Order: sequence, then C-alpha cells, then structure tokens
Amino acid sequence: MFRTLSILIKKEFLQIFRNKSILAIIFVMPVIQLVILPLAANYEIKDIKIAVVDHDKSTESRELIRKITASGYFKIMDYGENYNDAYLEVEKDKIDLILEIPNNFEKDLVRENNEKVLIAINAINGTKAGLSASYLGQILQNYNQQVQLEMNPELESAKKISGLEIIPNFWFNENYNYRLSLVPGILAFLVTLIGGYLTALNIVEEKEIGTIEQINVSPIKKRDFILGKLIPFWILSMVAFTIGLLVTIFVYKIQMQGSFLLLYAFISVYLIAILGMGLLASVYSDTQQQSMFMVFFFMMIFILMSGLFTPTQSMTDWAKYIAYLNPVTYGVDGVRLIMLKDSSFMDLLPHFGFITLLGIVVITWAVLRYQKTS
Amino acid sequence: MKQLITFVKKEFWHVLRDKRTLLVLFGMPVIQVLLFGFALSTEVKNTKIGVLDQDKTQNSIELVSKVAANQYFEINKDLKSINEAENAFKGGKIKMILVIPQKFSENLIEGKKAQLQLITDGTDLNMANQIYNFMSNIIMDFYGQQTLQKISGVQPEIRMLYNPQLKGAPNFVPGVMALILLIICVLMTAIAIVREKEMGTMEVLLVSPMKPYIIILAKAIPYFILSMIILISILILSVSVLNLPIKGNVFLLFGVSIIFIITNLLLGIVISIVTESQQTAMLIALVGTMLPTLMLSGFMFPVENMPVPLQIIGNAIPAKWYYEIVKNIMIKGTGLEVIWKHVLVLVGMMMVLFVIAVKKFKIRLE
Repeated sequence: MFRTLSILIKKEFLQIFRNKSILAIIFVMPVIQLVILPLAANYEIKDIKIAVVDHDKSTESRELIRKITASGYFKIMDYGENYNDAYLEVEKDKIDLILEIPNNFEKDLVRENNEKVLIAINAINGTKAGLSASYLGQILQNYNQQVQLEMNPELESAKKISGLEIIPNFWFNENYNYRLSLVPGILAFLVTLIGGYLTALNIVEEKEIGTIEQINVSPIKKRDFILGKLIPFWILSMVAFTIGLLVTIFVYKIQMQGSFLLLYAFISVYLIAILGMGLLASVYSDTQQQSMFMVFFFMMIFILMSGLFTPTQSMTDWAKYIAYLNPVTYGVDGVRLIMLKDSSFMDLLPHFGFITLLGIVVITWAVLRYQKTS
Repeated sequence: MKQLITFVKKEFWHVLRDKRTLLVLFGMPVIQVLLFGFALSTEVKNTKIGVLDQDKTQNSIELVSKVAANQYFEINKDLKSINEAENAFKGGKIKMILVIPQKFSENLIEGKKAQLQLITDGTDLNMANQIYNFMSNIIMDFYGQQTLQKISGVQPEIRMLYNPQLKGAPNFVPGVMALILLIICVLMTAIAIVREKEMGTMEVLLVSPMKPYIIILAKAIPYFILSMIILISILILSVSVLNLPIKGNVFLLFGVSIIFIITNLLLGIVISIVTESQQTAMLIALVGTMLPTLMLSGFMFPVENMPVPLQIIGNAIPAKWYYEIVKNIMIKGTGLEVIWKHVLVLVGMMMVLFVIAVKKFKIRLE
C-alpha cells in the first residue's frame, strides 16, 4: 500500500513542478503580500483633520484651540466663521471634524461656568469617529480643569482629580508595533488561502481534463488517492508557511516567543483541516470555476469573520457562532498566541480540539462523497 | 450585429447551464452583504476584562462596579495577583486588566499622585487602543462626577454626521459592494477565455470569421448582465434590510457602477489573455485582488496612515475609487461635483484596460 501511495505522491509532485507559474504563485505571492500588505495596517488615528468655526475669537477660545493642536491628534486645516463652509469641506473628505465655538464663549464660561461647543464628526467610519470624539472629550476635560483652577485657585476637589494618573501598559508589545498585531494573522490567512485553493482546484482539474476516470478504473484505493492528493499539498503548504515565518521573523523582526515545535504541530493539524475543506469543495464541483467560486465564497466569510480585522466579541450573537465555527478564527488566534505570547499547549487546547475534529469530519466526508460519485 | 447576438446567446446558455455556479454567484452577494452588514462592527463592546483591586476601599469598589455597569466591559476575572494576569492573557480570555494599587484611594483623597494601571493585550493593538481610551474616559468621568460636582465648564455637543448610531454598515456596505463586484467580475471573465484555450475550443473560434472584438464582447456581455443583477440585489438588500437608504442620485450610482463593472470585466479579460491555464488565471485573479483590495483601498485601514508607495499602489486599484464614490453617493448624498475626479480615474482605467485587451488579443490571433 505504501508503494502505491509513494508513487502517487511522486506523480503529484512531478505535475506540480511542471507548472512553473503555479509554483511562483505559491511561493512568491505570499512573500510579496506578507512584505507589503502589513505596511498598510495602521489603525493609529492621528492628524484628524479639523475645521474650527470660531464665532468668539477670544483669548479663551484661542486657548482651547491651542490645547487641541498641542495634543498631537488633531491638525487644524481650516479656521473660519461659517459652519456651512466647513460642512462642504467634510463632504469633499477634506475635513474629518468641525468644532464650532459659539458667540460669547468666553463671557458665558466666566459668568455661568457653562458653555456648549458643537462638535460635528464625519462618522461613516464609526471607529474613527468614536475615537476622535473620545480624544476631544479628554482634551476638553483637561481644559475644564485648568479653567476651574484658574478661576477658583482654592478649589480642593479640582486639585484632587489632577493627582489621578492613568498609566497605559501594552503587554507583549512594548514597542507599540502595529505590524506585530497583524503579520502573524496575515501569515495564517495566507497559508489557509493557498492550501485551500491548491486542493480545491486540483481534483477538479483532473475531473475536467478527464484523467480522474483513469484513476477511478485503476485498482488504486480511494484512501490512497485522497492521501496522495493531501500529502504533497500539505508539504507545499508547510514550505510556504516556513517561508512566511522567515519573513515574519527577519523582515518584520517579530520575535518568536513560544516554541517552534508547538507552532509547527499546530500548523500541521490546521493545514490538514484546511486541505480537507479544499478537497470537499473539489469533490462537490464539476469545474474549476465552480470550485473556485465556492472556495472564494467561504474564504471571504472566513477572513472577515475571523477576528483578524474586526473584533469577534463585538459581533452580534448569531455572528459569533459563525466565528466560532470558522477555522480561520482558530488559525489566526493560534499562531498569534504561540508566536507573540508563548502560550502553552494547554492554552491552545480548544484550538487543537476544534481543528482536529474539523479535519476528521471534512476528510471523512470527502472520502465518502468521493466514492459515491465514482 | 446578428452574429454578436447569436454568440451572446450561446455564451448565456453556457452560464445558465451551470446551476451551481449561478447559485454561488447570486447567493454570495446576498449572504455576504447581510453577514457583513449585520455582523461586522469595529465597535468595542462586551470586552472581557480582569480586575486586580489591591486597594479594596469603598472608593475602589465603587469604581469597579461603575466599570462593570458599562456596556463596553464585562468583568471576567477577579485577579488575586499580577502573575495570574499573564496566564489570563495567554489563554486569550481577557483583553485588559485594571490594576488599582494599594493606597490608591488614600493618595487620591490627600491630593497626592494616585496611579491606576491599565494593562492591555498589545498583540491586538487596535483593540488595545480603543479599550484603553474607553476605560480612561469612564474612570475620568467617574472621578469627575464625584469630586467636581457643579462644575461643568465646556461641554461638547456631539453630532455624528451621516451615521448617528455609529453603525458598521455605512462603512462596510460600500466596501463589500466594491469587493464583491470586483472579485466576481474579474473571476468570471478571467476564466472565460483561458478556459476555451485549455479546452482547445479557442482554436475553433479563432479560425472562424468572427472578429476578435466580437469574441471579447460576446464573452463579456452575459457577465455584465449578471453583474448588474448582482448590483441591484445588493442595493435592494442594503436599502430594505440594512436600512441604508441611497441618499444621492440612484442613476449616478448606476452609471458609475457600470463603469466600474466594465473596468473589472476588462481586467479579467486581460488576465485571461495573458495566462495559459485556468488555475493560473484564477490564482492571479484571486490572490492578486482579494487581499490587496481589502487592505489598500481604505475600507479596512485609513489610507492617510499608509506609507506613500502603498498609497500609490492603492490608487491603482479601481475598487478604491469606486468605494469612495459609493460612500459619497449612497451615504453622504453628494453628487458629481465632489466625485468627478474619481469618476475620471475610473474611466481612464477602463480605457487603458480596453486598449491592452484589444492589442494583446490581436497579437494572439496572428
């Protein structure tokens, strides 16, 4: 039996190596994407473009504006007296936020100690809008304290709160490196994409060309046939992963915190499950086009619902279940945990459990289904 | 003309015969728009956090319950020591730890320096930043109300333009629209020609008296019609189910979408002409378009933060321009006066791709 299997594997490899463009895509494309794309991933929100509509033009209003500029988050692009002009600039995407300071700002502030300013934010991107509002809120709070103390220097309670200090502490990422939070996740996703695609397209190609008929009439066992398909692509995917890992470590200087053994053990099992899913798609389709659309359909859902770009815990309840059933969620999280936090096998037990189960289910399913069609 | 119609009919039959692909073609946009419109949100809520209260005073207990009462946070772990914290992070169970040190309240009341520590999981920096900001606002608010009663000072009146509830949909729907149309159009045509090459039927076409542009046109028209149907279904869904009305001019939106769809179909045709096998064409179309579009078009990450070379690459992606246009027309309700530059760029891209497709295709004929 091993003889048949090893011959099948050799045959696959020969076929793979014959197609140079596929090889290039497998090995070069991920590297290029891994090198280039994470550079784009910077959520840091700074230089929020702000237009100030200052109806007051007083010392106090200027002081407030000075505080805002000094914070470093905001860049004043426009300073005028007309809200509508500023709004037009928001429509053109030239301005993110309008701060309108009313007439009598200074007078009311001194007399009544109460004054409203209008902040209008372009909120199409909710995250950015929320953060801008929160930054500006902090600045205003600061400004208020300062004004309070200036006006009533004897005010004890105002002094008290100025003693409060909140110290941020970013564990596992002291250098505040955005790439660190993304590169391992993208690496996991790229091997998923490659592994899933290769198997999904491969069997179907044989179907389309007609060579699968020959295998079906030969005495090759189904099990050997499936294994003969899985093993070569598993090896290729592991190689692609290793290349990606080298890029992660040497290009991005992301230090491996955990054990390589655990990482490879994890990726091995994970890839078996992913390749199995590719096989399943392959078994269910008659043309490469079909299988590709199917894989694309799932990949799109997998990537967007994996927690790689948006947090899983803020999804609606039913969507969370999709995220929990999504292998990429485990793949991305697992690679991150091992690489960045030195998590142990016990920490990853749910991950291992899920991907092992998934692997068994999809491969059994594929084998059963494949027998039916032959 | 008659030739073309017959040919288009034939191509249409090919497409319609493949029920499974059709199902995916129409099912995909519907499911994805719903999924992403409803499920995705960059909002931070129900974040699990740990608390390490070494102060244990009435003040600190009140602070903790104030935090717990907030919808952003859910206290998951009452930690006994800082060592426990590391393990909690490693299991990936919590995202932040609020550390209240000994004598915190005493120091605060005496007006000395009183420090609170917020430890966040830096492996997800975006999240860490957001929850750090939320938490410090909650804390400042708590003490502000406690100690600075009657003092209000300057209060902001915040108006969230275009998206008052800060939903994810106004940002995601235009992005998903651009992404789905891009990938479906590119993939469909990318395979169309290369498949004939692989099957050998291309030879037959080439020796027929059909002009090359007729062949290209006939291949593209059925997919164009399909794409339009997909576009319409996405729009109907986003208006009726996601409650995202089209604020601007619907005809303008359709006009620009037609330009975008044609650009993508042409891109697929170019890929199809330069590749030799379906696998290569598909891998190029897919790996080459999906992640770069997702990451560089401004839909996931702010473009202004990207390094200049990446911004330039991003500008070469048609979906980036379309995404901006859709945002403007659908969500903001602006018209041509704001987006004319974007439209010109798309038209330019379409023409360049058209020239390449025709030139390359002719070369193969000779």
